[in-house]
Amino acid sequence: MNPEDRYYSTEHEWVLANEDKTLYIGITEYAQEELGDLVFVEMPTVGTVVESMGKLGEVESVKSVSDIYCPISGKVIEINQEAVQSPEIINEDPYGKGWLVRLDPSNPEDLNQLMSASEYETFLESLGH
Amino acid sequence: MDISVPGRIGIALPPLDVPEQPLPDAGKLREELSLPEVSQGEVIRYFTNLSQLNFSVDTNYYPLGSCTMKYNPKINNELASLPGFTEIHPLQDIETTQGALELMYDLQNLLANIVGMEHAGLSTVAGAHGELTGMLMIRAYHDSKKDYRRSIVLVPDSAHGTNPASAAMAGYTVMSIPSDKNGNMDIEILKSHCTEETAGIMLTLPNTLGLFDPNIVEICNYVHECGGLVYGDGANMNALLGRAHMSTIGFDVLHLNLHKTFSTPHGGGGPGAGPVLCNDRLASFLPTPIIAKNNDLYSLETPSASIGKIGGFHGNFGILVRAYAYIRSMGKQGMLDISENAVINANYILARLKDDYYLPYDRNCMHEVIFSAKPQRSKGVRALDIAKRLIDYGIHPPTMYFPLIVEEALMIEPTESESKDTLDYFISVMQEIAQEVESNPQILKDAPHNTPNTRLDEAKAARQPNLRW
Amino acid sequence: MAISNSSPYIPNTSDEKIAMLKTIGVNAADELFKDIPAGFGNDLSSLPSGLSEIELYREMQILSERNMNQSQLASFLGGGAYRHFIPSVVRHVTGIGELATAYTPYQPEVSQGTLQITYEFQSLVSQLMEMDVSNAGMYDGATSTAEAALMACRIKGRNSICVLDTVSPTQLEVIRTYTEPQGLTVYTTDHKDPRIGQDTACLIIQHPNFYGYLEQMEDLKAITQQNDVLMIVSTDPIFLGMFKSPGTLGADIAVAEGQPLGISLSYGGPYVGLFTCKTEFLRQMPGRIVGKTVDTTGKEGYVLTLQTREQHIRREKATSNICTSEALICTAIVAYLACIGKNGLKHIAESTYHKAHYTASLISEIPGYSLPTNELFFREFVVECPVNPKTIKATLLNKGILAGIDVSDRFNNGLMISVTEMNTKEEIERLAKELSKIKP
Repeated sequence: MNPEDRYYSTEHEWVLANEDKTLYIGITEYAQEELGDLVFVEMPTVGTVVESMGKLGEVESVKSVSDIYCPISGKVIEINQEAVQSPEIINEDPYGKGWLVRLDPSNPEDLNQLMSASEYETFLESLGH
Repeated sequence: MDISVPGRIGIALPPLDVPEQPLPDAGKLREELSLPEVSQGEVIRYFTNLSQLNFSVDTNYYPLGSCTMKYNPKINNELASLPGFTEIHPLQDIETTQGALELMYDLQNLLANIVGMEHAGLSTVAGAHGELTGMLMIRAYHDSKKDYRRSIVLVPDSAHGTNPASAAMAGYTVMSIPSDKNGNMDIEILKSHCTEETAGIMLTLPNTLGLFDPNIVEICNYVHECGGLVYGDGANMNALLGRAHMSTIGFDVLHLNLHKTFSTPHGGGGPGAGPVLCNDRLASFLPTPIIAKNNDLYSLETPSASIGKIGGFHGNFGILVRAYAYIRSMGKQGMLDISENAVINANYILARLKDDYYLPYDRNCMHEVIFSAKPQRSKGVRALDIAKRLIDYGIHPPTMYFPLIVEEALMIEPTESESKDTLDYFISVMQEIAQEVESNPQILKDAPHNTPNTRLDEAKAARQPNLRW
Repeated sequence: MAISNSSPYIPNTSDEKIAMLKTIGVNAADELFKDIPAGFGNDLSSLPSGLSEIELYREMQILSERNMNQSQLASFLGGGAYRHFIPSVVRHVTGIGELATAYTPYQPEVSQGTLQITYEFQSLVSQLMEMDVSNAGMYDGATSTAEAALMACRIKGRNSICVLDTVSPTQLEVIRTYTEPQGLTVYTTDHKDPRIGQDTACLIIQHPNFYGYLEQMEDLKAITQQNDVLMIVSTDPIFLGMFKSPGTLGADIAVAEGQPLGISLSYGGPYVGLFTCKTEFLRQMPGRIVGKTVDTTGKEGYVLTLQTREQHIRREKATSNICTSEALICTAIVAYLACIGKNGLKHIAESTYHKAHYTASLISEIPGYSLPTNELFFREFVVECPVNPKTIKATLLNKGILAGIDVSDRFNNGLMISVTEMNTKEEIERLAKELSKIKP
């Protein structure tokens, strides 16, 4: 289900820490399922500094627009161009090829404020799913 | 156009009857003009065949909530095509267009009387155009009082998307007000949001749940007490024709959709018309022109504090003619008959289908009824599937997933121009579909089955836009 | 025997109503209106009784004949609406019930007719303008220009709009009405020496301009590039049958009033605004857009697309509030262009040009009349008259001629005359003859 090697936010983003302390950020399986077929992704430019729970970008399905929030503050150091070019890969592989940005966090310890996979699943159940 | 063949013509044109004049240098002239070359018979067949791929009010029952898809009387089109109406130029001297101006002047008064407002302007050409105009008038009013703090417009969470979009275009920040469990506006939350920064509120009456908010007078009073104005979205006015005096209730300005309530054809997305009506307080801010009458001469005038021109000329005159003809043929009793039958028809559907579909607000409705396909969703069938299945039975889908606050919403507006027989057919089809949800859900998910196209890949259309040949 | 219904548009009989009320569980229809608070009802005091079709037709015909229509007059009126030829095919097509009484095509499976016609409209308008993409039409030419200005401000993230002083006063006013409440600034500049100020998103050019003359487009393009502002061109579709298109001249956004393409004058509406832009700006475009796709069986079909730009999804963050627009007028334009075709549009544009220039040459030979400029024009031009144009207009109206538009605010006794392929040689010569009779 939701991989245990990463952290989760209440806004349905995931965060995966690399050995070099940078973070990959994407949206969860639940989020992609709720959004439906994604057709457009808008991401910030590399170098943008984003606050914790600040707006990172937008994803669009055919009939909805949703903001993507940054679960942790930091500087954007890479954008997944493949996901921007072909948003369907976010639907197909949200935890792998469908990652959105790589971030250099300002306070890596903030990761602990996010949920674990099992906590996130409990959270999803509380939403009635 | 794939039927084009070089050399064919669709129309014969006369030779030039004046001496040829010197042409400018070739550098100014166009080199390539890529347009179709088709014979006239092929043009007619092309459009006639395409038209047969459509559902329309002339061919199908169209219970499309909030759109009031009623019968469009044919005589009104014929009258709008009289040369005395079609062949007049908007900048002709008013002495040569007195008939048109008289019609518009009368229409201003008729519309004002029908909804109970004091003044009307006809230059707005669509509902959203009227909304924008109304919000600009509210802004101009506050500016005239040098009250520049008012930057927020309150909009219920059940509102049409055009409401917040229009408020934003008028330079306002939108604040959403939730509905309570009965489908009315949550008064306590409204009170807490009414401040000296409130420019106004945008209300639809009856609201988009098809319900008449019994607190409407109180709501208008609160907003007025804090210095804000009240805007009315007239999309649902079919429910109230001749039955509510909107200005006394507390509306300062509202728009009407002539292509809904007043039966002008929807055209596949326009042209419509969205006249703006207001009370005395806002009359001087109406957009230009309005029609005035002095000593039996009708003229185009600009109100003293007008927000200015909102469109190229005087509005969608051709649509105004149709609406005028409609009002004149219905008359006073007709207006009451419209709202009465529209409301009876909706409540009849409500009563007959409430055991088959979930009714989120269990009370009598006005001109439209909202069901929810929430129980059906638990069986894997969505509102969309039910709507698409209706097509197989020759019925246009109702409005779906709106208002946003009702899960799996199916919004059904029968209108007064449908017979009990048609409603009974619709009801039996909806009951049949409710059975199919149990017995054969796949048939719903694959629907529609007999249309020119099955369900279309909208994701592909958006990912790889192909917008022209 | 049942009592007859009062309106042919409402089928329920009183017996049926009684049966339905019983099913609903109320005794009378009034109970369904009980939420309307007492004291707020409407008495419909000034509403007359309904009319039968016979009576209605009679009354409306009388009203219509109280107007002097263009076919009863020799008309040289332009100023943004023009009397061009309308093939009967156009009226036939817009009268087809399945097109005229359909809703906005949100349900593509039952709207392929409207959708394919709209796709054709976008294609034809893009071709005519030689621009990358077109939307499905705006309210009219003036609101198209205003929406283009708003779009430019969004794209550039700037707050000022520069407008040439030869853009029509109507368009300028509509631009102001649409943009100033959002805190944007509109200013005008000399069309011969444009100065672009600070924080400017775009330069708006009307070409040919309000007075009928072609602008110096190469120079204007260079100025927009030097100042890094978008070039918005408001043009005329018949003009494009003969002259270079906005796309060729470098426009970023090109708009036009679509009325000359087979739409009746109808006292100012319904018309339609044409709206095109470069592909890179597509996602900031207002209005509906139709795209081609496939269905579940792989068959081609059409849908409304890129809808997330629009109000019903993005609400207060939408690119525009526009919803219902002018779809049936777009249909009329497709029918017009299909029927008139490639050679027809060129022929109509050239006839218009020759007739307008013939008219100008006749009038310029009349003592007391002169052409104020030798700038190139298409169908409209200004004449400086020996007397106030108001006098001329009134005198000629008595002779059954609509002489044109008073532009004495900009030209000395200026009268702006518009000539199309519909003006006969006889009408043109009669205009010149009557003008020559007017003495200072």
